[in-house]
Amino acid sequence: MDPFDLGPHAGFIIACYFITISVVAGLIAWVVLDRRQLNKALNELEEQGIKRARGNQAQS
Amino acid sequence: MAIWDYANPTRFMRLADRILPWLIGICVIAFAIGLYKSFFMAPEDYQQGDTVRIMFIHVPAAWLAMMCYSVMALSSIGTLVWKHPLADVSAKCAALIGAAFTFISLVTGSLWGKPMWGTYWVWDARLTSVLVLFIMYLGLMALWRTMEDPIKAGKAAAVLTLVGALNLPIIKFSVDWWNTLHQPASVMRLDGPTIHPDMLVPLLVMAFAFSVLFFVLHLRAMQNEVLRRRVRTMRQKAAASARPAAATATTQPAE
Amino acid sequence: MTGWAKALFLRELRIAVRIGGSGVVGVLFFLAVVTVIPFGVGPDLNLLARIGPAFLWIGALLATLLGLDRLFQADREDGALDLILMSGRSLELVVLVKCLAHWMATGLPLVLAAPVLAIFLNLEPLAIGAVTLTLLVGTPALTLIGAIGASLTVTLRRGGLLMAVLVVPLAIPVLIFGVSSADAAIHDPVPFMTPFLIMCALSLIAAVVGPLASAVALRFAAD
Repeated sequence: MDPFDLGPHAGFIIACYFITISVVAGLIAWVVLDRRQLNKALNELEEQGIKRARGNQAQS
Repeated sequence: MAIWDYANPTRFMRLADRILPWLIGICVIAFAIGLYKSFFMAPEDYQQGDTVRIMFIHVPAAWLAMMCYSVMALSSIGTLVWKHPLADVSAKCAALIGAAFTFISLVTGSLWGKPMWGTYWVWDARLTSVLVLFIMYLGLMALWRTMEDPIKAGKAAAVLTLVGALNLPIIKFSVDWWNTLHQPASVMRLDGPTIHPDMLVPLLVMAFAFSVLFFVLHLRAMQNEVLRRRVRTMRQKAAASARPAAATATTQPAE
Repeated sequence: MTGWAKALFLRELRIAVRIGGSGVVGVLFFLAVVTVIPFGVGPDLNLLARIGPAFLWIGALLATLLGLDRLFQADREDGALDLILMSGRSLELVVLVKCLAHWMATGLPLVLAAPVLAIFLNLEPLAIGAVTLTLLVGTPALTLIGAIGASLTVTLRRGGLLMAVLVVPLAIPVLIFGVSSADAAIHDPVPFMTPFLIMCALSLIAAVVGPLASAVALRFAAD
């Protein structure tokens, strides 16, 4: 059995895996880039000398 | 109660940081095993041929689409009943991930349907229910986006999520009814106990891998959301303290 | 009916009839939707008779959705909602009464217009009766489910479209059973009573869940 021969419907299978991988990659990129940006903003704010609110849930 | 120890976001952040490397490791290993098994070990199905390999991502994605909604429903109970401060964070983050997996399951389902049914879309009971679920995810996300105050948005979304959770079984039931009434062309179904063990093992491994992937993404997204709210409060503080001395603090980008 | 509920009911009804005349506009919209259908699918009378019940239901659903965004918004704008919240009455009952009045003003005209519009769609007398009966039972459910969406989006300035998106998935079961019981009456693949009774059950569920959920949402929107 040749695992790289996907039969007559190879296009559909590859398209499926491709779409899934791109969506998951998009989610991962969203999480990572978001984190980076937020850390940057947090550092900037802390450099300006703004103290982190004690007990963050106070805002609720 | 253990869950209350993590009501403090700082403690939650620390715990998540400790767990995440392990989860990521497990996720990578599970995907490696699952993909290897689904491509090299699983036999071709005698009816579906190689397209059965689509099932190894379609079924886990569909399972995650349901699981995400359950996580959101549980978080919504947490928001409304116990007012747990992390519950609405969890619900908000699960919505986007759930919508993404629902999208994957819809697209892979219709790509599987083209060679199998001869058409991309069949108004089959299950596809239709998933489509309705997808619309509900998108509606919830729209609700989150349009409300500015995250606390109020969280409560509104929690109400809608729970109403949706009550409604989902009814929708499923009525779509099944509607489907049997209109007697579609007899469609092949993959479910049932006759599934071959050589296919079941990779399927379960992939389902496990996808679930771990969900938890990794969810924890990370929740951490981001906590940070985002922290930044928001700090900006508000900065703006409040900058206002009296606006003349001197021109360098501060007060929002 | 206790005194305050009656007073509230009459107030809502009076406002709905005097200002805006939303019931009349809803019926006009219903008429417009039904008029547009033959332009879409062609004037084939047999086809129209077959899909007629479905389109009457979809038209009623759309017309109900259009009128719903004003259910709580007008009260919020003029402050009446805050007074109601402070009055100490059961908010769930208030919502139920408001929904009833809203249905009397907008839903009932749709039900009454349905037989007339059904003639345009070449429905037989039996089918006309069935559709009207199912609409009579089903439109209150649409209003009650819609109340959830209306109360969730009450704080938003342009919540009407979002409300429709949120409500449509929840209204699918009512639509399915409404249309299939009307169909069952015409060319009986199943007995009429089965889907009809399920739809009655859905209306009753909506009468419980709708007021409960929208009362919770209104309380959150207020504080």
